[in-house]
Amino acid sequence: MQVSREMDAQGGVGASEHHDEHAHHGPAKGLMRWVTTTNHKDIGSLYLWFSFIMFLIGGSMAMVIRAELFQPGLQLVEPQFFNQMTTVHGLIMVFGAVMPAFVGLANWMIPMMIGAPDMALPRMNNWSFWILPFAFTILLSSLFMDGGGPAFGWTFYAPLSTTYSSDSTALFVFSVHIMGISSIMGAINVIVTIFNLRAPGMTWMKLPLFVWTWLITAFLLIAVMPVLAGAVTMVLTDKYFGTDFFNAAGGGDPVMFQHIFWFFGHPEVYIMILPSFGIISAILPTFARKKLFGYSSMVYATASIAGLSFVVWAHHMFTTGMPLFGELFFMYCTMLIAVPTGVKVFNWVATLWKGSISFEVPMLFALAFVVLFTIGGFSGLMLAIPPADFQYHDTYFVVAHFHYVLVTGAIFSIMAAAYYWLPKWTGHMFDEGLAKLHFWCSLVSVNVLFFPMHFLGLAGMPRRIPDYALQFADLNKIVSIGGFAFGLSQLIFLWVVIKCIKGGKPASDHVWEGTEGLEWTLPSPAPYHSFTTPPEIK
Amino acid sequence: MNQHEHYYVPTSSIWPIVGALGLFMIAFGAGHYVPEVTQGKEGFGGWLLLAGLTTIVLMCFGWFGTVIHESMKGLYSAQMDRSFRQGMSWFIFSEVMFFGAFFGALFYARIFAVPWLGGESNNIFTHELLWPDFAGTWPVAATPGGKETEIMPWQGLPLYNTIILLSSSVTVHLAHLSLEKGKRGPLKAWLGLTILLGAAFLFLQAEEYIHAYTEMGLTLHAGIYGNTFFMLTGFHGMHVTLGTLMLLVMWLRILKGHFSPHKHFGFMAASWYWHFVDVVWLCLFVFVYVL
Amino acid sequence: DGYNMTEGVTEFSQQVYGLHMTIFYICCAIGVLVFGVMFYSLIRHRKSKGAQAADFHESTKVEILWTLIPFIILIAMAVPATQALVSGDDDGAGKADLTVQITGSQWKWHYQYLGTDVGFYSLLATPRDQIANRLQKGDNYLLEVDRPLVLPTDRNIRFVITSEDVIHSWWLPAFAVKKDANPGFINQVQTRIKEPGIYRGQCAELCGKDHGFMPIVVIAKTPGDFDQWLAGEQVRIAEKKAEEDKLLAMNRSMDELMAQGEQLYNGHCAMCHQPNGAGLPGAIPALKGSAIALGDLNGHLDIVINGKSGTAMQAFGKQLSLSELAAIITYERNAWGNDTGDAVQAADLHHFIQGTAQ
Ligand code: HEA
Ligand code: HEA
Ligand code: CUA
Ligand SMILES: [Cu+2]
Repeated sequence: MQVSREMDAQGGVGASEHHDEHAHHGPAKGLMRWVTTTNHKDIGSLYLWFSFIMFLIGGSMAMVIRAELFQPGLQLVEPQFFNQMTTVHGLIMVFGAVMPAFVGLANWMIPMMIGAPDMALPRMNNWSFWILPFAFTILLSSLFMDGGGPAFGWTFYAPLSTTYSSDSTALFVFSVHIMGISSIMGAINVIVTIFNLRAPGMTWMKLPLFVWTWLITAFLLIAVMPVLAGAVTMVLTDKYFGTDFFNAAGGGDPVMFQHIFWFFGHPEVYIMILPSFGIISAILPTFARKKLFGYSSMVYATASIAGLSFVVWAHHMFTTGMPLFGELFFMYCTMLIAVPTGVKVFNWVATLWKGSISFEVPMLFALAFVVLFTIGGFSGLMLAIPPADFQYHDTYFVVAHFHYVLVTGAIFSIMAAAYYWLPKWTGHMFDEGLAKLHFWCSLVSVNVLFFPMHFLGLAGMPRRIPDYALQFADLNKIVSIGGFAFGLSQLIFLWVVIKCIKGGKPASDHVWEGTEGLEWTLPSPAPYHSFTTPPEIK
Repeated sequence: MNQHEHYYVPTSSIWPIVGALGLFMIAFGAGHYVPEVTQGKEGFGGWLLLAGLTTIVLMCFGWFGTVIHESMKGLYSAQMDRSFRQGMSWFIFSEVMFFGAFFGALFYARIFAVPWLGGESNNIFTHELLWPDFAGTWPVAATPGGKETEIMPWQGLPLYNTIILLSSSVTVHLAHLSLEKGKRGPLKAWLGLTILLGAAFLFLQAEEYIHAYTEMGLTLHAGIYGNTFFMLTGFHGMHVTLGTLMLLVMWLRILKGHFSPHKHFGFMAASWYWHFVDVVWLCLFVFVYVL
Repeated sequence: DGYNMTEGVTEFSQQVYGLHMTIFYICCAIGVLVFGVMFYSLIRHRKSKGAQAADFHESTKVEILWTLIPFIILIAMAVPATQALVSGDDDGAGKADLTVQITGSQWKWHYQYLGTDVGFYSLLATPRDQIANRLQKGDNYLLEVDRPLVLPTDRNIRFVITSEDVIHSWWLPAFAVKKDANPGFINQVQTRIKEPGIYRGQCAELCGKDHGFMPIVVIAKTPGDFDQWLAGEQVRIAEKKAEEDKLLAMNRSMDELMAQGEQLYNGHCAMCHQPNGAGLPGAIPALKGSAIALGDLNGHLDIVINGKSGTAMQAFGKQLSLSELAAIITYERNAWGNDTGDAVQAADLHHFIQGTAQ
């Protein structure tokens, strides 16, 4: 079957009456370009910038947390405000920084990687993006209300989030609703694009892993974001409309909230890591100048992780008083996830083995990812053992775990991706020296920041507290110093990116020596419409 | 086979941002309106919510209008049609998961929470120390805290409604067959009948709600039985309303001569949605009413 | 102490510690192996050293191998984990020598020795001035309470744990006991302490503003000492009851009521309604100038004694004695310019509760 696809924007092809539909082919001018754009690259850039701003805002809240915890005693903020900082920091980082960053990368890269001109549903793409700034404006505005913003943790356990929460809860609920709508539409767009817009010959087992991992992530998103919507809806009705879903007196159960939340929440954490796996699987082969080891088992491993992610949720709830069989079931399933994840790690290491390795900045971040994510995975595995989790649960050991997988995992992979594709996006090489500075500062400070948290947790420091006993003072001081240093290091990143957009050494088409894949066959910077005629895939 | 496909990238459009603004007004408005009404306070929330809803309706007209216009001009390829269809299927899947959350709550309450409150599993103390009088059986006619309600029987209105919705799924399918055969007369008739059945369903459901509220003590706040009952049937009813509106729009479009036997994505989407709503009802009927 | 998990003083906690160290060492070993191979190739297979890339890129055999090996390691971990879990499980059917009901509420613990009338609240004892950095912090800063839970060693103790408001979690690291206190449900967990001593823990579930300020202190005594303590408590409670009855018949002066009231208000009410009675706008109503504090006394008594369901306002009738409540209510009705002039007496509360108010 011969399939050819043309873009009428190229002129001439397709039915001639299309022309009046296309008054202009390049980007429009001014602000309206960004507001009304249907172009995957514009929208990708919007997502990426939005996510970076959210990272700065969420990070500033983390700085408030770290400053308050710098020494024992209450010095800067009231406990209630501290809880708001913790809550909104978590929400912003998860929903505002990491997820939109991945959607931004998907927007930029998926069409380029599969040989498509754009995303399949470009107008919906714009809608998905523009919901987000509004949603987060609502969330942030609630901090300024009487009674304050959400202060019940990003996990908003009932009844703290229902009967005992402030009036801003309704705003929280509705902002989560529209974030969910945005995510679902974004995910639908990704799936439909991958299904329908692959260039001829781009068979499933030739898809770049970034595309594969995003396909599976998108499926997870569509499956669990609506469940989150259901959870917030029940919180809304319990708080305002007299239902008793989470109230024993009415026949409900507060623990039921946790089941529903974590049915969303656990797949959610893999939503925040699977695209990273794809990124790392793109970068390591490039700088090892060697094909990815075990492509197909990588695909199966990703799918297994996604599948398992639906049956492990209650490992967040080992102390809620589940019956024994429940604890055992969720322990075994959770431990099982180490197997496919291990397969990924081993394949990466095997990819490096006997390669011809060089250490450009994307590679540095990717290598750091492999080591540090694995450390985060190990602590995850320890948490999966219920008797031990009785001691770890709700302590800084958990905080250490999830920052390793999220910051040195998700965030590091996003940084790696940004450095990897920045020359393709801007047409310029970034300042290698500054970027290396950014890497080394980040690497050192992030470990000073998060490693001691393991010990704090083991020594017994609970999470979500604004003040602590004296035996935790020394380590907290170190952690805070690491935190400030890591925060400042991110400003270097901002500087590198701006500098690179403004100018720099022109980048070649394949930018890096060992690249493979369609995106590198396009010029740098990539043209406004990616593949106007579908490339041939061998 | 030779297939000539072209890819259509729409130019920039204002409808998405209108939609985003609309959702913003809905969320921000509702976020203020809900505390305001439930606490009897004055505020701008309700108006903002209304403005948001209006904006979304406006967006629907504008956006769908554009899409219909483009489609009628033949700008869309088979690929676009596939994209739309798949997009719609995934959207319906997301709706299934939304209902899944509430079904999950129902099952959890029935299988775990309520028996536990009655002392099952490792909850002997829960029963003995906190709720010694609670029976722990479903349906919960008297909650642990002492709220009472009657239980809605499945015979009567719910059964009629089941029959109505099931037949509407058949009629919409017949309409689809007529469309594919290019028989526009039967198409209009079957689709029209489907819409009437949808409306009838909604009418009877309203009856049922009034009966529940005024005569049975069965309300949204009657404890977990009333909670799950109204949330599930309520969200379902909202979906029936939306589905009926969608079918109505399709009917109007058919009057205007839209759709061909081969290309009728809009119609397909609406009818899929209708079947989905129907399946949800079947689950509801079984798990909320009968069992 | 130190920076590792405590071994604790129960069979279970020591089992947990062992398990923790085992999985930790296994992870370390895997880490050394994986990172070892990785760094070896990073060092040896560098391009700058002239390394040429090989071109192997898949092998079903090794994939199967590195699927199976971790799987086997996991089974090796799961076995002791399962054993520990099963041994620590309490389905409520087992035998206990002593049952203590633990009830969390914002932000304190209540302990009731079931089968006796010994029961009391346990509140943070660290002075506010230390928290606000106006005073030097003591050794047990934030880990000290006014009344610790007293338990016997060498006996099977069952905790039945619940909550009055939000979810709390009762965590005592030395026992490896961490169980959520869920409102409307009761969780149970067993322990058996090996050594007498003082053990400290904290609430381990975010429970609102003062989540960081609801510590747990347990004093473990030998069985003999414990029995003696319990008997003494029972005597003390009987005496206190008699005292209460005496106070019921007494009229205390405004000054006396206000002085005691201020102190109690700051201990029990000020966390929410604030020391100046202004409340927290949008979350907690003010008392200063409020309709309840200035209006009909019975309305005021009702809300303090019975609480307001569906809100954070607790039923203090169960928590404080009548004379204490009388002092607090007097204070609320006369402080911050709420000059009602009402001097509320314990007898007024007694009548209200008995339904014989005038
Ligand atoms: C990107 C996000 C991310 C990722 C990838 C993970 C990955 C994992 N997580 Fe984590 N987790 C979070 C984010 C994440 N988590 C967050 C945010 C929380 C806290 C939420 C909150 O309460 O606020 C949390 C909390 C959390 C808990 C609850 C702790 C508690 O509250 O008490 C548990 C318990 O089981 C857990 C387990 C795991 C496991 C087993 C993995 C596994 O996927 C890890 C698998 C990886 C490896 C094991 C390493 C590589 C493997 C090998 C080298 C093979 C050989 C290894 C062995 C055989 C051991 N996580
Ligand atoms: C991807 C997600 C993500 C990311 C990236 C981060 C990043 C950081 N987080 Fe995390 N965090 C979470 C997700 C994340 N977090 C979640 C889900 C929770 C749980 C919430 C809950 O309990 O409900 C949590 C909770 C949490 C806690 C526990 C709070 C508590 O329990 O009370 C702490 C404490 O140290 C912390 C610290 C940090 C720090 C220092 C960073 C740093 O990496 C941030 C670095 C970035 C910046 C600092 C911004 C850039 C710099 C500037 C804007 C310049 C200004 C800089 C200075 C003034 C120095 N986070
Ligand atoms: Cu009680 Cu935290
Ligand atoms: Cu999880």
